[in-house]
Amino acid sequence: MALLQIAEPGQSAAPHEHKLAVGIDLGTTNSLVATVRSGLSVVLSDELGRSLLPSVVHYKADGATEVGYEPQTRQSQDPKNTIASVKRFMGRGRSDIAHVESIPYDFVDAPGMVKLRTVAGIKSPVEISAEILSVLRARAEAALGGPLVGAVITVPAYFDDAQRQATKDAAKLAGISVLRLLNEPTAAAIAYGLDNSAEGIYAVYDLGGGTFDISILRLSKGIFEVLATGGDSALGGDDFDHRIFCWILESAKLAPLSSNDARLLLTRAREAKEYLTYHSEAPITARLSTGVLVDMTLTTAIFNEITQTLVMKTIQPVKKALRDAGLSASDVKGVVMVGGATRMPQIQRAVGEYFRQEPLNNLDPDKVVAIGAATQANLLAGNRAAGDDWLLLDVIPLSLGLETMGGIVEKVIPRNSTIPSARAQEFTTFKDGQTAMAIHVVQGERELVSDCRSLARFELRGIPPMVAGAARIRVTFQVDADGLLSVSACEQTSGVEASVTVKPSYGLSDDEIAGMLKDSMEHAKDDAFRRALAEAQVEAKRLVEAVQAALQSDGELVSAGERGRIDVAITKLQEVAQSENRRHVTLAMDDLEAETKEFAARRMDKSIRRALAGRRVEELGNGLEAKGEQA
Amino acid sequence: MGVTLTEKAAKHVSNYIAKRGKGVGLRLGVRTSGCSGMAYKLEFADEIAADDITFQSHGVTVLIDPKSLPYLEGTELDYAREGLNEGFKFNNPNVKDACGCGESFNV
Repeated sequence: MALLQIAEPGQSAAPHEHKLAVGIDLGTTNSLVATVRSGLSVVLSDELGRSLLPSVVHYKADGATEVGYEPQTRQSQDPKNTIASVKRFMGRGRSDIAHVESIPYDFVDAPGMVKLRTVAGIKSPVEISAEILSVLRARAEAALGGPLVGAVITVPAYFDDAQRQATKDAAKLAGISVLRLLNEPTAAAIAYGLDNSAEGIYAVYDLGGGTFDISILRLSKGIFEVLATGGDSALGGDDFDHRIFCWILESAKLAPLSSNDARLLLTRAREAKEYLTYHSEAPITARLSTGVLVDMTLTTAIFNEITQTLVMKTIQPVKKALRDAGLSASDVKGVVMVGGATRMPQIQRAVGEYFRQEPLNNLDPDKVVAIGAATQANLLAGNRAAGDDWLLLDVIPLSLGLETMGGIVEKVIPRNSTIPSARAQEFTTFKDGQTAMAIHVVQGERELVSDCRSLARFELRGIPPMVAGAARIRVTFQVDADGLLSVSACEQTSGVEASVTVKPSYGLSDDEIAGMLKDSMEHAKDDAFRRALAEAQVEAKRLVEAVQAALQSDGELVSAGERGRIDVAITKLQEVAQSENRRHVTLAMDDLEAETKEFAARRMDKSIRRALAGRRVEELGNGLEAKGEQA
Repeated sequence: MGVTLTEKAAKHVSNYIAKRGKGVGLRLGVRTSGCSGMAYKLEFADEIAADDITFQSHGVTVLIDPKSLPYLEGTELDYAREGLNEGFKFNNPNVKDACGCGESFNV
């Protein structure tokens, strides 16, 4: 007998047609899967009632894999084949990974994304993530009693195109259809129901096992704008364990430990940390392999003291993110706490003091992202209640544009545009008879291509030869609901088309994104100047080419003296175009234009004469006749 | 006779309605569809229709439309766990045969 869930009025599914959808929090340390049951978002547990799945994959020689708690506890026995925190490598090249030398894996530098050599063969981060997703999918299908129609998977707000694409590919590999990738802070905000009630600025403070993220969101009319992100990719709950561990070593004056003893004490340290969330002191006892008995008590006061610098280290990025967003702490209407480490009272207190308000913490901080994702998945799968027809919108983290002449970025979709989004812009050819156009797609806030990140290049070929500026090339940027970009170009008169789906080879770190945003603000003036200069240089080049082309075809129309003056003006303009002085460039352009004015007029006359030659006045229509009479 | 909830089922229903923030009760019903003829309807109810027949069971109001009642008479709604899966289960004495999974049935 099937087990049924309560549906919204009028929404009972036909037999065998339940739209089973889940939300997946694919985390660096732990992953979770959640679903909506009878209108309530719940996290699905395994057979032992454990809701977290450690994001650790162990490869065995026979190709079999294990995921979760088992490999996590035995990580040190087979470090090369036990992959933890694979999320750090998604969509990343070897050079993008911080402290790559201290990570015990055998990296293979593959184009685009690193791969890891394991006993079961070379594995990409996408394949490793797919192992985790497969386990979550199996859990979900067992718990829901049927195949999934799809899942919403969360990603950090700062994940770029490459990292999002890698996440999507992993889901595909695990046989999961992705309804939507959703930003983690947005998911947390949804879990707190901020999406349908609140408007205003919200901060999402996410302190996980090994990473810290802060996101500043603006909510209005169902649109979540990510105003700023920040954080520390090497700061998390584990660092608090480590502080306690060091305190034990120091206080008990222990000699250097064997790795087993060190692991034992680290476990005790973590237990003490968790105990202190609800008690004022925690006993720590352990018998080491040397026979030494460790027996001590950690009080809240000591714990606060030894971890104070860590707590402060999380507040710095918060300040910076607010500054980047141009806001102050008092503008923030609510603070959402995410991640198991935010249970620590000193964190709650520090965040509360900084924002001068109680943070939102009544949901389990480990589960809040998965719960929000499940809510969204349920809606996207079509299980929405009547009158609940809002659509959640996310935004593009960095502007998307393309390179135009002179290395200038023309932004096509500005940052913080809501997605899905499509914008088109028309461009034209630069030279007479140009039959191809290179399209270089870039992402970033700066004005010059060299300061932005290159996402993709492609060529539009087969443009019919025309004079410069006559071709009409429509370039369309389309960003789907997952934030993935495709670009197409079409020459309007001939219908020639080319397109590319952007799969950039390397990712940007959150620091880089934050850095790029900051740069764009700091360099705004400088950039504007350089843009103006580059534009003037392009214009100068175009003018010289136009004059030269004209001289070539109608050289007989200028006298020798004129020709000499024009040549001088051209040389002068070519010279100053190399300089950094925009005023000189524009002045030289004015000179050249002045020298060629009469020549241009004569050319115009000539072409009109040519057009009229051999035709009788009557053929030209009444308008011209009338004009002629007046004259 | 009528229709009843087990205490466990009633507890879950009350909890879901409370979390949902609105609703006057639980609507049960049948409709024709599925591989064996009939299928259950299990929904939150936001209003009571004029011809609804209502039952009270462990504090939950159960609403049934008069056409569905003959097929549900004597049914007990339970909440069950099967492995990782959990949900509501109709113990319906009227059912003669059902499809393999029991989602649709015949009377």
